This record gives sequence, C-alpha cells and structure tokens, in this order.
Amino acid sequence: MTRVHDMGGRFGDGPVVPEGEDAPVFAEDWHARALAVTLAAGALGQWNIDVSRHARERLSPRDYTRFSYYEKWLSGLADLLVETGVLTEEDLRGAGNDEPHALAQRALKADAVPGVLTKGGPADRDEGPAPLFSAGQAVRTHIPSDNALVTGGHTRLPHYAAGALGYVERLHGNHVFPDSNAHGLGEAPEPLYAVRFHARELWAHPEHPEDEVVLDLWQSYLAPA
Amino acid sequence: MPHDHHDHPHALLPPDPALRVKALETILTRKGLIDPAALDEIIDTYQNRIGPQNGARVVAKAWSDPAFRAALLEDATPVVADLGYYGRQGEHMVVVENTPARHNMVVCTLCSCYPWPLLGIPPGWYKSDAYRARAVREPRKVLAEFGVTLPEGTAVRVWDSTAEVRYLVLPMQPEGTEGMSEDELAALVTRDSMIGTGLPKVPA
Repeated sequence: MTRVHDMGGRFGDGPVVPEGEDAPVFAEDWHARALAVTLAAGALGQWNIDVSRHARERLSPRDYTRFSYYEKWLSGLADLLVETGVLTEEDLRGAGNDEPHALAQRALKADAVPGVLTKGGPADRDEGPAPLFSAGQAVRTHIPSDNALVTGGHTRLPHYAAGALGYVERLHGNHVFPDSNAHGLGEAPEPLYAVRFHARELWAHPEHPEDEVVLDLWQSYLAPA
Repeated sequence: MPHDHHDHPHALLPPDPALRVKALETILTRKGLIDPAALDEIIDTYQNRIGPQNGARVVAKAWSDPAFRAALLEDATPVVADLGYYGRQGEHMVVVENTPARHNMVVCTLCSCYPWPLLGIPPGWYKSDAYRARAVREPRKVLAEFGVTLPEGTAVRVWDSTAEVRYLVLPMQPEGTEGMSEDELAALVTRDSMIGTGLPKVPA
C-alpha cells in the first residue's frame, strides 16, 4: 500500500497556481530558516538523504496533508533528531541542558558552507551488479510498488507506475538504492535507468496518444517484458 | 530504525511554524550543533547567488554554440560543472531538448527534486500537491494553467524525478533571435521554460 506522499496521478487537487518569476525565493523568513536548519543539521552526518526523505514520508497522513512544505521539513527533522539520539524529547520540550554536545565539533561553520554546498553528495557508485537491460529494451515494473526489503519502507517506485510496461530510455550507471539506504541496510548500489512509459499505459484517459512519462527506476524495480 | 510511531516527537515543539523553527534553531545552537552564521550563509547562497540565471546562461550558450549544445545533451554534468554549476541537488544532470515534435516537462511526484545549482530553490507551485499529482496525468491541462498551449502535433514527455538525477529542459530558441549575444538570449530564458511549464520570452 502507498503512503500519502505518493500522489502522482491523484484526482481532486484543483488548479496549479503559478507564482510570478520574480516572486521571492522564500515567501516567509521562517521558510529560509527551516531550509537552512535542515541543511546544517544534515551536515552533522547522522543520516543520509534517503533517511531524511523517509522521515517526511512517515509523517501521519493527517500531518502530511495539513502541513505546509517547510513544516514537513521541520517536523521530519525534529523526529530524526530524536530518533538518532542527537536530541532528546526533553530537549524538544525546552527542558534539556545546554552542555556542549558530543557532535558539536561536527557543526557546520559559515566558512565551510560554500564548500559543502558545492561538493554535494553524488549518488553514483563504481560497485554494484552489471546492468541487465539496455536502451530500447521493454521492461515491466514490479507490482505492488512497496519496498521489498522493509514493510512500509521507503521506495521510489510510484504507485501510478507499478506493473506498467515501459522502455529503457537511458542507463544512468549504478546509483545508491534508496529502498536499502533509507533503512540502515547499506547503499546497495545498482543500475538506474530512465524508463519511458506511454501515457496510455498509465492512465485510463490520457490526454494525447503520443504523450509519455519517464521515470528513473532502479534495476530491482524492473523485470524483462 | 522504527517506521511509524504515533507520538511523533515534532509535536513537542510549538505548533506555529515560525516559532517551531525558532525553537529548533535555539535548541541546536545552544548545544553547539549549528552555527547561526552558517544558516545565514546558506540562506544568502540560495536567496542571492544561485538561481535560474545560472540555467539561463546554460540555455543561451546552447542556443549560440552547436558544439556546446551537443556536449550538453550528451552528458550535461561535466559541461555545466565547467561553467561553475555543480553541487547539492545537481550532482547528476540531464538536459532534455524541446523540438517541434516533443515538449518536455519536469516534476517530482514523490517530493520536490529540482536542479538547485541551475535553478535555485523550487517555486511554491512546483512543490504543491496539485502540480505533483497532476503533471504526470494531465500535463496539457496543467500547461494551460500556465498559459501554454502546444500545437496538436507536439507530444509531451513528462520527466518524474524519482532518483538523484536532475532534469533541465532546453527550450526551443525563439524565432528571430539568431545572432543575438548570449547575454541578450539569457534574458529571454525564463525559469518556467527550463522546467517545461513555460516558453522563452519573445523579443519585442
């Protein structure tokens, strides 16, 4: 079964309301703070990007739906800080101590920010299995789309693309496998492909017979078709 | 790691989001885990230094220089890195080109993946439920909400950013702009034209 974040294709959301190109990057000052606190806390090295995505996805459907974008970030961050033992629930209540933290030496300093943002965190790896599929080859995605390793675990195969026939568009090389990496099971890199699907394969009423959707999908999600 | 627990720790923080972030920042700062000056530096980077002007420069160069364009479409990551555009959320770049036969459009249905080094922080609508839910199923209706109508013969290809690969759309160069300088061309390139929800400006 799916989680609430897996909303591709969902009905009922109403119109998209575009902002102008010159709208502020951060609509509220606290949005900017929320982004910065999240990145700075990530630099403590206690989790990876897949763990942090899963933390937001694990918000209850009620919270996920009612929270604005950066509220999701903040709430996922607070939950992760406690789960990883960086903070305690007492800390979040405002009743913790202010003694220097064992991780304080890892705190991101201002002069290190440009280097950290420029360095990024590449997800490609040299190791991992050889690719099973080549460009143009027909593949079918797994159904159900659930994480096969962990019940209710993180996955990047959206529900709308489960069990669908597609064609390999390109091979991206071996990339860290989120279904494993989000759960402390290792990076388990494997081939990642851009896979092209006809819109008519995904939707009962596609807008146009020639339209397509492309998704980046790991080898574990795919079988020959 | 546990998956679901019904007494989420975040509920211990103040409910108002501005107070919630302030509380978390204060707690982390007191323990020496974050440096407020580093937060200011991060914000300054994404508010003032990294934004769609970077992507616009790449597009203008691709319109002006056929060899650059070919290299960009072949393997974008090193090509844009040579221009200084590399880093967080742009480690693996793919550029997809619009043609009369095909229009490309980018979404992240599962979260909000977006090519930060080239476009900066995504706009609110890109992160909205409506865009995430609808762009893959009814891209033409979504495009209409941006004021874009495609010719009947143009197919739409929507790229759902489900991995760490980030996509940038190379829009078609507007007619009558051949011979313009890269700076003049870059001024025609909108953010939305590089996401695929808009088209470049046409010179007056």
